[in-house]
Amino acid sequence: MVDKTNINKVGLKCSYKDLTLGMMVYGEKTSEAFKTGEWTSVQPVVDEEKCINCLMCVPVCPDSCITVVDGKRSPFDYDHCKGCGICVKNCPPKAISMKGVK
Amino acid sequence: MSGNGLTEIRWHGRGGQGAKTAALLLADVAFKNDYYVQGFPEYGPERMGAPITAYNRISRREIHVHSNIYHPDYVAVVDEGLLDTVDVTAGLSEDGAIIINTAKTPDEIRPKLGGYKGKVFTIDAKKVSVECLGKNFPNSPMLSAVVKVSDIMPFDEFLAEMENSYAHKFSSKPEVIEGNMNALKMAYEEVKE
Amino acid sequence: MARKDRLSGNEAVAEALRQINPDVMAAFPITPSTEIPQYFSKYVAQGKVDSEFIPVESEHSAMSAVIGSQAAGARSVTATSSAGMALMWEELYLAASNRLPCCLTLVNRALSGPININCDHSDSMGARDAGWIQIYAENNQEVYDNLCMAYPIAEHKDVQLPIMICQDGFITSHAVENIILNEDEEVKNFVGEYNPEHCLLDPECPTAVGPYSVTNYYFEAKRAQAEALKNAKQVTLDVAKEYAKITGREYGLFEEYMMEDAEYAVVIIGSAAGTTKEAVDRLRKEGVKAGLIKIRLFRPFPGEEIAEALKNVKAVALMDRTESYNDCCGPLGAEVSTALYRANAKALAVNYVYGLGGRDVKVSDMVNIYNELQKIAEEGKVEEFYRYYGVRS
Repeated sequence: MVDKTNINKVGLKCSYKDLTLGMMVYGEKTSEAFKTGEWTSVQPVVDEEKCINCLMCVPVCPDSCITVVDGKRSPFDYDHCKGCGICVKNCPPKAISMKGVK
Repeated sequence: MSGNGLTEIRWHGRGGQGAKTAALLLADVAFKNDYYVQGFPEYGPERMGAPITAYNRISRREIHVHSNIYHPDYVAVVDEGLLDTVDVTAGLSEDGAIIINTAKTPDEIRPKLGGYKGKVFTIDAKKVSVECLGKNFPNSPMLSAVVKVSDIMPFDEFLAEMENSYAHKFSSKPEVIEGNMNALKMAYEEVKE
Repeated sequence: MARKDRLSGNEAVAEALRQINPDVMAAFPITPSTEIPQYFSKYVAQGKVDSEFIPVESEHSAMSAVIGSQAAGARSVTATSSAGMALMWEELYLAASNRLPCCLTLVNRALSGPININCDHSDSMGARDAGWIQIYAENNQEVYDNLCMAYPIAEHKDVQLPIMICQDGFITSHAVENIILNEDEEVKNFVGEYNPEHCLLDPECPTAVGPYSVTNYYFEAKRAQAEALKNAKQVTLDVAKEYAKITGREYGLFEEYMMEDAEYAVVIIGSAAGTTKEAVDRLRKEGVKAGLIKIRLFRPFPGEEIAEALKNVKAVALMDRTESYNDCCGPLGAEVSTALYRANAKALAVNYVYGLGGRDVKVSDMVNIYNELQKIAEEGKVEEFYRYYGVRS
């Protein structure tokens, strides 16, 4: 088993000598450590009263931020949500809305 | 063979006649007789029937030169018709010789050679080929004539190597080996000076 | 035990490839390199190699397939010439930047136009800054030996870059000459197994090849790549040393012929070097101190070493078999001139463009070049640095 790419080592101030061979990225799920949720200015918020747990928001999320746990919708993964709003458009009972983030 | 142990031969033929194959075969047999060899054609876009040139260098020492041959010791002309359009004796050594595939005698053909003073040999390669093989494949008789005239190697050694080479080349149709061998032997006898 | 044979340059390449037995060959036919995939695919059909042969619909696809298979962990090769290489342009850079040690056996042919099938170096010289290692050959023996050494150089852990093994179209690719071949076992052992540390087909460690690099990383990525190419120089020497142990044939970064006391030198690449040796021999008999440097490794370029080899010459001709369209200097002219300048060399240098589109190079041509060098040395100046030889004025 080879080590995963340590993206903490390959940071903005690293030397060229610290880069991986040909910039290859080794190991699975390396994107998990990259918090793309920092990019957004808005986030989806669920009104739990209105949610009917139809799970229609799950497959449409382009960043896999909404998953299914024990047959139920998981809380949103704000570390990786870029605030695209597709879940809002796609929610049948209109239970999701966008809120600004600081 | 010139003083430094190098023999240079230029072949003139037409695309598809086997002049290149003859040059490669000559390189082959000379190699088997422990010579350093080069056999190469002068390439352009391949065109059946167009004039082509092929070359041989055969030497007792390593060959470094990679140019065409401009001052050959011998010239072999596989197609008589080329005498009207190609300057086949260009740069040819007067101490060398030209070997031409024709039914004519050397005296009859010499006027077409632009005043060349060296030796002229003719061989009716078509006749030899048709008699021995039933078809016109002029390159085997021409090869034989070139080996005889240039005296690159003893003829019996040449024949032995050619027999090996044919046995390999025609392994699926051994019946043609005898005809080819006969063509080589007959050409040897038929060369006229 | 070595085997004596007589092969054309293309046959020699196919023979080396049969012995190397790479995992994948992807190729598209183009004159004068067509015979290489033709012979090799026959070996595949005959079961003489275990390789996968991928017939593709273009050279763009050939290089793409080679990159894909090499990234998957398979030792891969392709062959091409001229316009075929031009169509690989984008992928050449990708193979290098992705650090994939694949091999391209190039048969040098002029780039169109006008369209021409004969030899010059415009194809590989155009790709000289693509990040590949480039090694050139004088004859069939050298292209065979260079190919046997290709993967050990390319795959070395300090290098991991693609390698281009070049020979002159028709002049060597289609000329049958004597050659000494290694035993199959010797080549197999010398080349060894390809075991990359990471590859796409490793289920234990999924790998992403060729990810986007933003401005913050691109420069560093290129710097790392440059370091690898720099390392290729020493590795080329080390591999040649190992190769000499099994074959007795020694190779350096370049060959020096009669350079010990040379006053007039020619620096040249490819088959014309052999013709130049003959010219040197003739001139030496007349007492002219002529010498020759034949480039083997062009990328990375051994500039310092060449400047050192030229330190005592009075005049040197840098021979480029390609036109650079810069009214300044050809690729070899630029590299050697820079090296001479850096070394504060006193040699008077002149840069010739010669032999384009298969224009033949005769011994007498090279003698003329040496005569010109003597004239330059006598006059003590070079009127025109960038000039042409053998073209009708």
